Formats: sequence, structure tokens, C-alpha cells
Amino acid sequence: MTRAAALGLCALVLLALPWIIGNEFYVNMASQVLIYALFALSINMMLGYGGMVSLGHAAYLGIAGYACILATLAGYNQLAAALFAIAVSTATAAFFGVLSLRAPGLGFVMITLALGQIVWGIAYRANDLTGGDNGIRHPARPLPFGIDIRDAPSFYYFTLAVFAGALFCIWRFARSPFGASVMGTRDQPRRMRMLGHHVWLVRWVTFVMAGFWASVASVLYVYYNLFLSPHAISLQQSAEILLMAILGGASTLTGPIVGAAIITLVKNVVSTYVERWNTLLGVIFVVVIVFMPYGLVPGCRQLWQRLATRVSGRGTKGAGATAPGRAQ
Amino acid sequence: MQWQFWIIQTLNSVAFGGLLFLLSAGFSLIFGLMRIPNLAHGAFFMLGAYFGYTLLASQLNFWVAAIGGGVAVGVIGILLERFILRRLAGNEQGQVLVTLGISFIIADICLLVWTGDPMPLAAPAPLRAPLRIAGYAFPTYRLVVLAIALLAALALYLLMERTRLGAMIRAGVDDMEMARGVGVPVSRLFTAVFLLGATLAGLGGVLGGPILNAYPGLDTDMLPLALIVVILGGAGSLLGAFVGSFIVGFIYNFGIALVPDLAYFVLFLPMVLVLVFLPQGLFGRVQI
Repeated sequence: MTRAAALGLCALVLLALPWIIGNEFYVNMASQVLIYALFALSINMMLGYGGMVSLGHAAYLGIAGYACILATLAGYNQLAAALFAIAVSTATAAFFGVLSLRAPGLGFVMITLALGQIVWGIAYRANDLTGGDNGIRHPARPLPFGIDIRDAPSFYYFTLAVFAGALFCIWRFARSPFGASVMGTRDQPRRMRMLGHHVWLVRWVTFVMAGFWASVASVLYVYYNLFLSPHAISLQQSAEILLMAILGGASTLTGPIVGAAIITLVKNVVSTYVERWNTLLGVIFVVVIVFMPYGLVPGCRQLWQRLATRVSGRGTKGAGATAPGRAQ
Repeated sequence: MQWQFWIIQTLNSVAFGGLLFLLSAGFSLIFGLMRIPNLAHGAFFMLGAYFGYTLLASQLNFWVAAIGGGVAVGVIGILLERFILRRLAGNEQGQVLVTLGISFIIADICLLVWTGDPMPLAAPAPLRAPLRIAGYAFPTYRLVVLAIALLAALALYLLMERTRLGAMIRAGVDDMEMARGVGVPVSRLFTAVFLLGATLAGLGGVLGGPILNAYPGLDTDMLPLALIVVILGGAGSLLGAFVGSFIVGFIYNFGIALVPDLAYFVLFLPMVLVLVFLPQGLFGRVQI
């Protein structure tokens, strides 16, 4: 039951966060962390559970983001615009999924990257629609149920509410029989096929679900920044989201959240002092892949278990290779 | 006037296709042999362009600068393969992500060294004046770039089909384990192919300099084009890279000239068609 206690404590801390940190700047950063955590959780549905490495996740930010802003500018109310944006973006995910899943293995990376860059290129070039390089403004944050979410703490709570709902759904997904079959297609696609599972369909549904949650995060992103430009949907954005999931530990639920928090904080802190964020991003990428391939959360968990049982490291590395997240 | 437009655009397209071939031939071979898309390939191209700029600025002959830029990038390619990718042998996913990390580092270092302003590379003086035939003007430099790309294609073809090294690479692409089993030194092939691919990308960068300029973002502009070339042409196939490069060169160039807003969307269509109907690409040797 320590798990439930820890969960309760986390929830309490998250709820009390605006009071604890007080400063509006940091409350906003907390909202940003939650939004990126949702992006990272969504990409992790593919990466961690399905074993599919996508480098085109920012495409959903582009499609859902621009759709949301353009629909609002066209005069639709905020709720309709948000739903429209999520629907369009999820439908795009369904189409992109069909294309990307034509290639098993690392061709998938290539196709998702190419698709992501095509969305970027369209956003960049289609001046009349997207404002090109200058970007485009979202008129205002919505008033969900008449509640004003313009100031930092109330927007934080709005984000937290959406995030909590999404986290619950993704947790259910990971624990469901469907989630188990996704992990099965990751580890043993051939056996899964023999057992009568439609491997392609399982992967495709996961792809679409990941696209859906990324679209939800994108709408939050637009509400937070009230602005979208092609810079926000570049390859670098996709790579950052992917790195968050890998750094924290793919195939765990907490990993992407931890990764999102670390990357967002490091990025904000570093960007205020030096201009070399991209180099640092690249270095973190290389170091994490070479020295910490299973990420922080499984790594720390292993360390913890090792300390707890006082067994000298035998066999733990091998166990981490196949199922780092499901040791307990 | 009308004719002149079509002639110029066609020439631009084939010259751009030639550059794309220099970029994507190596990319395709690396993918075919090592089974990883080298996401640092766009950064290699950009680095080549910047090296070319610096070498030209130090009063070197253009062709010396082109070879120097290519060799310098090739050396960086070897270092990347030997000291980083080698550590991750067997972990293809990790290798891909590392190449992406390296590309960010290269791009940022370029920004630091050569600043954010576009750096123009001057074409060699004798090739700057347009060639005039029957009243029409042809851009000489682009014709020369096309000729070099065709020569490179021929040299690569002879290398792949007529030499022992080429036979070993083909064997590795078709069946890595059998190749290893009959004594092909596969790990040395990896280095050789990486050297070849990086050198070609660097050379392409210098040759592309006078057409495209060296600017930050050149890497992420070129990388997706190389990916689309390989998706269209098929991975691991020289012919696929060749045909794919010219298809993409034409579509991209005419797209930008005729429907600038939708240039990328036009690029998207052939990719969709090939993926849906021919997932191996037009001439693919290995499944992407």
C-alpha cells in the first residue's frame, strides 16, 4: 500500500503546488511540464509499450494547434474548435499510421520523420493560412464552464485536470488486455500472430491513440502559449518529446513524466544563461542512449532494488533489458 | 520567355536532383548495409557547405575546396561510426537516436562558428557566366553540377558492380549473416560505407553551396528530402537513389516554382503512392 500512499502524496503536492511555489513564473513552468508530460506519455504509448520509435510527433502539435487556432479565428466557439482540432488531428494520425506502419523496424522512424517535416514545411510555406514563419495568434484562452483560466494558477489547475484524466486513461490502457497485447506485439510479434492477434491492427490502434493524446496536449499547448509558429513543430520538438520519454524510461508510466520535468526545467534554466541549448540537447541524447539506455526511472528502480535486497548486481542488467518497467 | 522558364526550371531540377543523389546515395547504402537511417546525413551536407565556405574564403581553388570539404566530412563520419555507433552495436534503435543527437550538436556548432547569417559560396569564376546556345541562356554551373553527379553515379556503379569491395557491400546488404559467415569483414565494411556516404554528402554540400548557400537549417531542409528519395527509390539500391533523386528534384523544384505554398504537400503525394502500392520502393533491395 506504499504505492497508494505515494500516489496520494504526489496528488497532494501537485494540487498544492501553486501555494508551495507561489511565483507566477514557476507556476507557468509547472503547467508547461504537465503539457510536455502529456506529449511524452502519448509518444511513450508507441515507444515504450509498442516499441515504435516516432520522430514525427510534433506533426500533431502542428495539425491540432493550427486547426484549433484557425477554427477559433473563423468564429467557432472554443469548445467546438478544440473538438474539431482533436478530431482532425486524430484522423491525420489514422492516415499517418497506415503509411508509417508499411515499414517494420527503423523504416518507421524514417517515414514518421518525413511526415513530420512535411507538416512543418506546409506550416512554414502556406503563408496565407498559417502566417508562415511569423506564426499565428490564438485569440484568448477559453472559459470552461464559465471559469476564468487566464491567470497562472487557474490555468495550472485546468491543465492538471486534463492531465489527470489523460494519465488515468493511459494507465488503464497500459493495464488493459489491449495494453498487454501491444506489449506482446513489441516483444514477440510472430508469436502474437500465431495466437491470432492482428499485429498490424494492434499497432495501428496504438498509433492512433497516441495521436489522440498528443492532439489533446497540443490544444493545451495552444491555450498556454496563445501562439503557434513552425518553430514549435520542428524536428527538434519531436526529438525533445522523444528524449523525454527515453530519458525518464520508456515502458514505465512515471518515466515520461520525470523526463518531461527534467528536460523542461533544464531547457528553461539553460536558455536563460547560455544559447547552446541544442548542443546540450544533443549531448543529453548521446549520453542517455550510450550510458542509460533504459532511462532514469528503471535505472533508479534497479538501484533501489539492489540496495534493498543487498544482492550484488547479478542478473539485474539482463532483467532490465526485456521488461524494465514491470519488475514489480 | 515561356520557353526560357521551362528550360531553366528543368535544369534547376536536374542539378538539384544531382545534389540529392550525392546526398542520398550514401544514405541509402548506409541504410541498406547497417539497417539504420543515418539522421546526421543532413548535418554532414550542411557541414560540407560550411567547410567549403571557409576553404574558399582562404583563397583556395573551388575544386580543391570541394574535395577538402568532402574529405573532412568523411573523416567526421569515420569518427562517428568508430567511436559512437560501434559502442552501440546490435542496438539499432540507439544508433539512430545517437545520429540524431550528433546532428543537433553539429548544427549548433555550425551556428556558433559560422553565425546565423546565410553564407554564399561563389561558383568557380569561369562557370559563372551563363552558357548561350541558340539565343537561350543556360546556367553553366548547374550543368557542371549535373555532370559531376552523373560521373559520381557512374563511379559508384562501377565500384558496386565491378570491384571486390562493391561485391562485399552488396553481399552485406542482401544477407548480412551469410556475408559474415563466408568471411566478409562486415565491421570494416561499415566504416568504409560510412566514409563513402559522409564524403559524398560533404562533397554534395560544397557543390550545392553556390546554388543553395550555407545557412542554419540547411540540414533539416535536406534530410527529409533524402528520406523521401530513399522511401521512393528503395533502400540499399544505387539505382533507386538515382531515380528517386531526380524524381524528388523535379517535384520539389517545380513545386516551389509553381505552387510555392504547397511545395511540401506536392512532395508528400508520390511518397504516399509509393508507400501504399510499393512499400519496398521502386528498386528496393531491402525492406525499409
